[in-house]
Amino acid sequence: MVKDKDVLLKIKDLKIQGYSDETWVDIIKGVDLTLHRGEVMGLIGESGAGKSTIGAGAMGYARDGTRISEGSIEFDGMELTTATEDERRALRGARIAYVAQSAAASFNPSHKIIDQHTEAPVQYRIQKRMEAQEDAIDLYNRLRLPNPDEIGFRYPHQVSGGQLQRAMTAMAMSCRPDLIIFDEPTTALDVTTQIEVLAAIRDIVDQFNTAAIYITHDLAVVAQMADTIKVLLKGNEVEEAPTEEMLNNPKEDYTKSLWAVRSFESPQRYRPEDGTPLISVKNVDAAYASGPKILNDVSFDIYAGMTVAVVGESGSGKSTTARCITGLLPPQKGEVLFNGTPFPPDYRNRTKEELRQCQMIYQMADTALNPKVRISEIIGRPAQFYSGLTGAALKNRVDELLDLIELDPAKYYNRYPPELSGGQKQRIGIARALAAEPTFIVCDEVTSALDQLVAEGILRLLDRLQDELNLAYMFITHDLATVRSIADEVIVMQHGKVVEQGPKDDMFKPPHHPYTDLLLSSVPEMDPNWLTTLLEERGVDNLGDAAAARIGG
Amino acid sequence: MSIFVIGYYAFLLIGSCLAAYFNKRSVFLLLFSLTLVSFILGIVGGTSALKFVAISAGVLAMAAMVSYAFREFLIMMVSDNMAKELRTAPLTAAFGMFVIFTYAIAGIFAPWIAPFGEAEVISSAFAPADQNMLLGADQLGRDMFSRIIYGTRNSVGLSLSATTAAFILGAGAGMLAATKGGWFDQFMGRFADVIMSIPSLIFALLMLSIFGSSMIVIICAVAIIYAPRVYRLTRAVAGDVVVMDYIEAAKLRGEGTGYLIRKEILPNSTAPLVAEYGLEFCFVFLLVAGLSFLGLGIQPPTADWGSMVRENATLISFGELTPLIPAAAIALLTVAVNFVVDWMLFRSSGLKEK
Amino acid sequence: MGDILGLVGKRLGLGAIILLIISAIIFFMIELLPGDVAQAVLGQGATEENLAALRKEMGLDQPAIVRYLAWLKGAIVFDFGTSIVTGGSVASAIGERFANTLFLAAYAAMIAIPISILLGVLVALLRNSIFDRVANVVTLSFISSPEFFLGYILILYFSVKWGMFPAIASLNDGMSFGDLLYRTFLPALTMVLVVTAHMMRMTRAAIINLLASPYIEMARLKGVPPWRVIVKHALPNAWAPIITVIALNLAYLITGVVLVEVVFVYPGIGQLLVDAVAKRDVPVVNACCLIFAATFILLNLAADVGAILTNPRLRHPK
Repeated sequence: MVKDKDVLLKIKDLKIQGYSDETWVDIIKGVDLTLHRGEVMGLIGESGAGKSTIGAGAMGYARDGTRISEGSIEFDGMELTTATEDERRALRGARIAYVAQSAAASFNPSHKIIDQHTEAPVQYRIQKRMEAQEDAIDLYNRLRLPNPDEIGFRYPHQVSGGQLQRAMTAMAMSCRPDLIIFDEPTTALDVTTQIEVLAAIRDIVDQFNTAAIYITHDLAVVAQMADTIKVLLKGNEVEEAPTEEMLNNPKEDYTKSLWAVRSFESPQRYRPEDGTPLISVKNVDAAYASGPKILNDVSFDIYAGMTVAVVGESGSGKSTTARCITGLLPPQKGEVLFNGTPFPPDYRNRTKEELRQCQMIYQMADTALNPKVRISEIIGRPAQFYSGLTGAALKNRVDELLDLIELDPAKYYNRYPPELSGGQKQRIGIARALAAEPTFIVCDEVTSALDQLVAEGILRLLDRLQDELNLAYMFITHDLATVRSIADEVIVMQHGKVVEQGPKDDMFKPPHHPYTDLLLSSVPEMDPNWLTTLLEERGVDNLGDAAAARIGG
Repeated sequence: MSIFVIGYYAFLLIGSCLAAYFNKRSVFLLLFSLTLVSFILGIVGGTSALKFVAISAGVLAMAAMVSYAFREFLIMMVSDNMAKELRTAPLTAAFGMFVIFTYAIAGIFAPWIAPFGEAEVISSAFAPADQNMLLGADQLGRDMFSRIIYGTRNSVGLSLSATTAAFILGAGAGMLAATKGGWFDQFMGRFADVIMSIPSLIFALLMLSIFGSSMIVIICAVAIIYAPRVYRLTRAVAGDVVVMDYIEAAKLRGEGTGYLIRKEILPNSTAPLVAEYGLEFCFVFLLVAGLSFLGLGIQPPTADWGSMVRENATLISFGELTPLIPAAAIALLTVAVNFVVDWMLFRSSGLKEK
Repeated sequence: MGDILGLVGKRLGLGAIILLIISAIIFFMIELLPGDVAQAVLGQGATEENLAALRKEMGLDQPAIVRYLAWLKGAIVFDFGTSIVTGGSVASAIGERFANTLFLAAYAAMIAIPISILLGVLVALLRNSIFDRVANVVTLSFISSPEFFLGYILILYFSVKWGMFPAIASLNDGMSFGDLLYRTFLPALTMVLVVTAHMMRMTRAAIINLLASPYIEMARLKGVPPWRVIVKHALPNAWAPIITVIALNLAYLITGVVLVEVVFVYPGIGQLLVDAVAKRDVPVVNACCLIFAATFILLNLAADVGAILTNPRLRHPK
């Protein structure tokens, strides 16, 4: 890759403030950034690091409720902080383009995709309308969109998410900008779809030698895309280095800790030779109201004290299976056995004792805890409800539970959920499940809304509790790294069917069902050459939707 | 050119220049656009128009000062937590609170404040104001001022009880429907649709024509008319809460409907419901005033603002302002409540964005 | 397109059912009326035979459901029976007055709709500026004032003090159209003030709501100029809320007219309704309520259908 040496974007000591609680607070606290022509820089960091804010700032744009308070942003010799709004606007779309996280929300539902594509080139008089349309079709071709001649003439809601994301990349390319800001462009996509978008983005950026700022929280993704990586933490820069060096040899402790995240792996347990499974799902079919069948003949067993991970992409029926077990969605056919005896299908017909056995931990701790109830009551209520504890006994039990989840009882007893951090809230969710003294807990994507370090802590806690209390977990996740670290057995689901199941150590060794292979091979790895190697192995036309369709058919 | 006109323009221009110099953009825009408008007003309406503008500005300034002082007063009176909330209140909201406070005092202590009785005839019909009667007498020779004070009690009291009745009905049904779901929810939704597709004033008139106008009928009619509106909102607010995972967790725990509503849903819907109460009060108050004005609401001799406007309307053709005072009292209270509600809605929506 | 037709058809069907239910509610509520209609017509002195004869003549000896169906059949062809008080046909009493009311509402709508939408878009653009705040306070004040308050203030200044417009909006046959507009100006203005404030606030809210969408930010980041962001990107998506706003306020105009008509002694259907309620003239009240409810439902239907028709997701199905 030949790089021009001229500097394209130079940000110096940038400070951006956000308005909250009636005052302006620094959210970016003096960041420097230098980007050369044709260079791709990855900005990574956890939520609240200010990645997106810097991305928008690079366009001289401050979102509503933020303002650029200090520093300089120099784009190709032009100072953006002192330029007039018209001057800045003339750059946007023409020389600096933006690709947003959610393509579905960022395309205007009222206009055809191609009309939105041609808006900028026509407005800047770079191309006539018809030329711009031809160029759009050419770009759709290069991005390997299906039916490139026709797809642009559809409305956004008529096109799938992965395709929309590529169409948006094409739109960003419409004026052949010098710089594109990619703001988490694949975060909302499934892993198998993510690959096709990643491949398309990398391809097009290479072809036109466009500089890019690639914002993401996923290290493995940024390793594939970026030439240099900059790590951010709470509005400050931690360090910056070329990708290879950064991956092999990070200097700062914070970066090292990010890299080391997936080191945790719980020892593999095996099911007992004989004995009844704790939970046994038998030939379950399920559907919502009169809708299509979501689950189709699903069967599996979960033994006491073991973790079964259920893996699959969105829409595969993972969560629906959990709803069938908990009784929120009575199955149409089949049954759920608990210790060999059938569970009443509807939770309303279950006894207190039956309800107690099976608890849930949710993905979004924000919606899983009532914001208007004190921690002591959130955790205390199940203990009071099931075990009839009151007064001092109840308080002791709550203290004990808080100790168990490694939060100081004296400090948290009287607080409300909104005062806690994401990880702490998730711990309270765990404590609430434990308070019922269950034998089985459904963990529904419990770590996917958390930053990696925090998620790691939660996984370790769950593993420790499992050993101490002999709990069985059903771990719903789409993240294979999580599976690797905590599962004993794995179930792979696709289109409401169980595709494959077995012990974890077998699952990560081939050969497998083709869908499992596809899923496993689609998970990005830290190796910067991973995507290149994969594309060579699979071929550019066997990605994402296309590959999944081949298996499904 | 009178001294007044010269002073008027000088004040505005100096004010604009000072604002511009000190970089107070919004103050400058306000003052300077007022200057420009005054040029036109001055040419069309002469000095009196300018005087009117000056007096209005003075009244506004007074209101702003009262609001400011009242907000400071409230901040000192209440606990720290409340004080923090109150500091975010704009002057309009403080003004609203001040007006509501004043009305509450007038309503509660009416017999001690009013110099004469509610139905006491003390002079001739339409007697002008004198040192005895602050606002003169009405069409039967009763003291206007005393009747307005008593009217606070009757008009506001009636509207308050009607709104409360509507609220208990509507919010109760809304919470129940959100928690229960199923056919009950469906049925209540359709039922509310039907009631709401009859215009409220028309429905009230229909009911009054059938059952005659008495306090009880008015309260019941208003409760029936407004309960579906409250129901809709409560159902929507509670509907947002019901899909939360913590409700699912409580249901899976085996909690009953009562616990769900009381402990889980209600605490999370109070803010929008309080705002809605204020809003509904305004609608109910205007409806009741409208009915009284049509002569179908509270019956004489009970003092009521709506009927007072109607009874004294003839005075308007003589250029008298008096009959408009009860109407202004209605408008002022509604504006005040709306100001406070506006602030509360802004706060709750602002909190959501975070 | 089949989807849209289906949705619109469903909505229209629902509207018809609601109207039917309401007609039943109105009819059977009147049944609850204490006392005897025949007695009310003939007065206390009537003999038992006369009463029975009148009951037979009015069909009162039939069961309620039969009478309801007969009434409904009449109502469909605008035959609402005879007034108890005047003895004349209800339909002819309502006919002209309803036209007058519609005229007044249309007059007010013609002024209010363009002004309020323009102003609404304007304050949405200038949001959080001093003008936005002033507009907020002013519109809130207008909404909060009872119609009779605004009406009397207008009378006090425009007719009593300055003598510019007549205080009483009386109509007569030989009036020219210009004269008509002049005479009904004050009642129309009263309604314009209330409705404009409402519509402006709702338009502003609808547009600001849209401006927070990611696709608006995308348009801005594409370098689209601000006016084009509004016209090309926000407005096509704002039609549904704006249509709803207009329909809601038209419905309000038609029903809120009652108070204004009384203030300005305007010969509309609202006046008629108020008189009929005071005199307990049941057939007239019945008919007026049904007409008001029907108009209200029709306008709400129009809003729903408009919202369906402008929804791009429904217009261009997958």
